[in-house]
Amino acid sequence: MRTATRNIAETDSLGTRPLSQRERWVLGVASIAGILCLWQLATGLGWINPVLLPSPFDIGRAFVASVADGTLLHNVLASFARVVEGFLLAFVVAVPMGIAMGLSRTLGGLCDPLLELVRPIPPIAVIPLAILWFGIGEFSKVWIIAYGAFFPILLNTMAGFREVERVQVRAAQALGATRYHVFRDVVLRSALPFVIVGARLGMSMAFIVLVAAELIASSSGLGFMISDARYKFRTDEMFLGMACIGALGFGLNVLLRATERRLLKWKSG
Amino acid sequence: MASDFVQAKAKTAAISVRSATVRYGPREVLTAVTLDVRAGEFVCLLGPSGCGKTTLLNAIAGFLPLAGGEIAVDRVPVCGPGGDRGMVFQEYALFPWFTVFENVVYGPRLRGASRAEQRRIADHYLALVKLDKYGHCYPNQLSGGQRQRVALARALANQPSILLMDEPFGALDAMTRESLQQELLDLWQADRRTCIFVTHSVGEAAFLAETVVVMKTQPGRIDAVIANTSPRPRDRTSDAYFSMYRKIDAALRDQREPVPQTVAA
Repeated sequence: MRTATRNIAETDSLGTRPLSQRERWVLGVASIAGILCLWQLATGLGWINPVLLPSPFDIGRAFVASVADGTLLHNVLASFARVVEGFLLAFVVAVPMGIAMGLSRTLGGLCDPLLELVRPIPPIAVIPLAILWFGIGEFSKVWIIAYGAFFPILLNTMAGFREVERVQVRAAQALGATRYHVFRDVVLRSALPFVIVGARLGMSMAFIVLVAAELIASSSGLGFMISDARYKFRTDEMFLGMACIGALGFGLNVLLRATERRLLKWKSG
Repeated sequence: MASDFVQAKAKTAAISVRSATVRYGPREVLTAVTLDVRAGEFVCLLGPSGCGKTTLLNAIAGFLPLAGGEIAVDRVPVCGPGGDRGMVFQEYALFPWFTVFENVVYGPRLRGASRAEQRRIADHYLALVKLDKYGHCYPNQLSGGQRQRVALARALANQPSILLMDEPFGALDAMTRESLQQELLDLWQADRRTCIFVTHSVGEAAFLAETVVVMKTQPGRIDAVIANTSPRPRDRTSDAYFSMYRKIDAALRDQREPVPQTVAA
């Protein structure tokens, strides 16, 4: 009876009703709260050694303490600056290169094999090299992060500029568009979604590399905070550092998604 | 009230194709095609896949270089695409990142139409294709028939002297197709702009064209030119329409005489 009265337009391909915005919120909060309660119980009742797995309250206390003495803000800002600098460096180099390689077949043919060779080398593998080349200073870390973010941005930008639809170029030409107009109104516009996808992938790569770089050679930042906490046997600070990295990444992703929605209004319709 | 962009009387132009040959690599897809289109004429290019009808249209539009021969619009040789030859594509080819309004005024905007002129142009041409309330929409919010109406309005708003159409209604359902064919005819009869319309549908050619150019494959060439004399307004159920349909169909089947009525085994 229930299925018979259900509005077909509201069901997805499997015939189930998708969740409303409110229901998704309620379920999301419930799952997080549930896990935190279980966690608190497990450590509070002594099922797990709290030295190895601190309770959420312990982590909360570490949070308050490190906010109070300013170390958390200091470390968050240090990591944030590195990610942003490395990402921007990668972006300003990769986008023009991707445009050139996407538009020029000769340049693309010249660079494609090189890229395929270098691309599989994980950015973490170049950290020792970066330390030798640039020392353990700030630039070294920025460079490693830029290296990690570079390839996703470059490859997506290149794909975007290669995949411009011929029929749309012709449509513009038949309306009197010059080469400049075609580039501005068709090529750039249709490649933009690819560039944005590349930027989002580049940003998540930047985060992975950031932490690795800070774990190995640093005296500030969230990665340093985690590795330093290990020497002090402060698991609560380790968890706090991990949570902050998660929150920072989440925040930057939300920011990029909002930019995407603004620039690509026409996609969602 | 009077605006150059809206009120100007439609210009029309004659097209002359002289021994036009197009090659894709070593393959000749269009061989020595000669065709004259009068100013204001409605011509259908009809033929099976691979007969070069779209190639001929693209050559007139200036999208393809000729390997031999010449194409001229009002005696001016074609050497590349231009705004004087408007084009409507089967796949609509709207700019999805522009609103319907921005799509329609794209040509005039490039030529420097002011914001107010753009407004007038959009109002005029969107009303013409019965989409006056859709200016703020993005193309992906519209149905196929609506998108093709926008594409038609976009081409007309640029005031081309020739309208080239590449199977514009091929992707639409039968009912939408018939109503768009009627709308197109109404528009053409209002300003008698030169139209070249590519189709593989005999019925479409019989209903729309003044002149039906029948093309053949291997190599792509013109096989017959048929004057469609059935009177307007045309009625798809009239004897005149059916006899023209049979005549075109026979030419397409490479038989000069009408097919005898036989019962298929």
